[in-house]
Amino acid sequence: MSETVKFTIDGKECQGTKGQLLVDAAADNGVYIPVLCHMRDLIPAGSCRICTVKINGRNMAACTTPVEEGMAIENNSDELTDIRKAIVEMLFVEGNHFCPACEKSGNCDLQALGYKYQMMVPRFPYAFERRDMDATSPKIFLERNRCIFCKRCVRVIKDNEGRSIFAFKGRGTTLQINIDKTLAATMSDELAQKAMDICPVGCILKKEVGFIDPIGQRKYDKKVIGSDIENNHQ
Amino acid sequence: MSKPIIATTSLAGCFGCHMSILDIDDRILKLIELVEFNKSPIDDIKTFTKECDIGIIEGGCCNSENVHVLKEFRKHCKILISLGECAIMGGLPAMRNGIPVKECLDEAYLNGPTVGDNTEKIMPNDEELPMILDKVYPCHEIVKIDYYLPGCAPRADLIWAAVVALVTGDTLNIPYELVKFD
Repeated sequence: MSETVKFTIDGKECQGTKGQLLVDAAADNGVYIPVLCHMRDLIPAGSCRICTVKINGRNMAACTTPVEEGMAIENNSDELTDIRKAIVEMLFVEGNHFCPACEKSGNCDLQALGYKYQMMVPRFPYAFERRDMDATSPKIFLERNRCIFCKRCVRVIKDNEGRSIFAFKGRGTTLQINIDKTLAATMSDELAQKAMDICPVGCILKKEVGFIDPIGQRKYDKKVIGSDIENNHQ
Repeated sequence: MSKPIIATTSLAGCFGCHMSILDIDDRILKLIELVEFNKSPIDDIKTFTKECDIGIIEGGCCNSENVHVLKEFRKHCKILISLGECAIMGGLPAMRNGIPVKECLDEAYLNGPTVGDNTEKIMPNDEELPMILDKVYPCHEIVKIDYYLPGCAPRADLIWAAVVALVTGDTLNIPYELVKFD
């Protein structure tokens, strides 16, 4: 039997299993901690830092920190909200996020966090870097302008033999998401759809379909991101 | 007391934001009771004839004329609002950012698939024409902007709520559905 631990988030008493990642344990207790790179049951990447919480006075990433007995966690404070908003703003200025022209608009996690934190304008100057897109795979577009380097696709999308179809190339400012052309040619429609669905932005798009959900019926048109987690436990 | 004066302009935009202003429907009758319009495409006043309280800017700056108009607005308006994605982040015109201007012009006038008739290889370069900038700039990177209303176009209800709050001095509480980037 796994050991149960008790902890508090913003004063709310929560329970989890020892060693469980804080972000997942919080969700099980109806507390939403925003994520972009994290997905449950995946080895954490800890790359986006949007899940930053304050634990015993220190800022930590909730997706890489296991819960421990007696942890006192701060999740919703003005300071943390501002840090998270700043991260969203940085991601918006670093890539080229033209929401009006994006098929993922309305279903995009990054955009939804912009809505949640009411980002009216980023506080940082726009980089407007030139990034080329890759349309050579038969099933998907790779629109690098929107990539936020969360590495979800690299970690999740594998072929039948467990080989990653996506990979990073380069470092620092030359870092780029890439696709293995030979493996991509074997992708099924389902896998292509899954790749698009797990992408938190509009970088991976399935070909030959687009703008399926009408405006008003998209995921985040009326619902704030994370509200499903919070509402499950009321 | 005289009514607050509003001016509006469309820089590198598509006039969609102005359409959205008109999309307030019959509230436009209340609007003309609340405010007076000066320089604006809505009343076709071409130059400032009065100092204004609120300037509403649609579109970013893609050429020297846009910069000139924007600076005029800053000079003559107490409050400037960036209306819509183009004013806030350059919008679709800014998709050329990152591509050298020469490459863009070559594609538009020399190499594009629809420019076959341009046999003399003419590139517009009259001194009457505004100079194209190296990239499309968000308005707040040119002058100080006081408020931002995102959207493409911003929802009419958002524009209405913001203008009324500014004019009446009420607190602006924006419902979640109204702030969208598309």
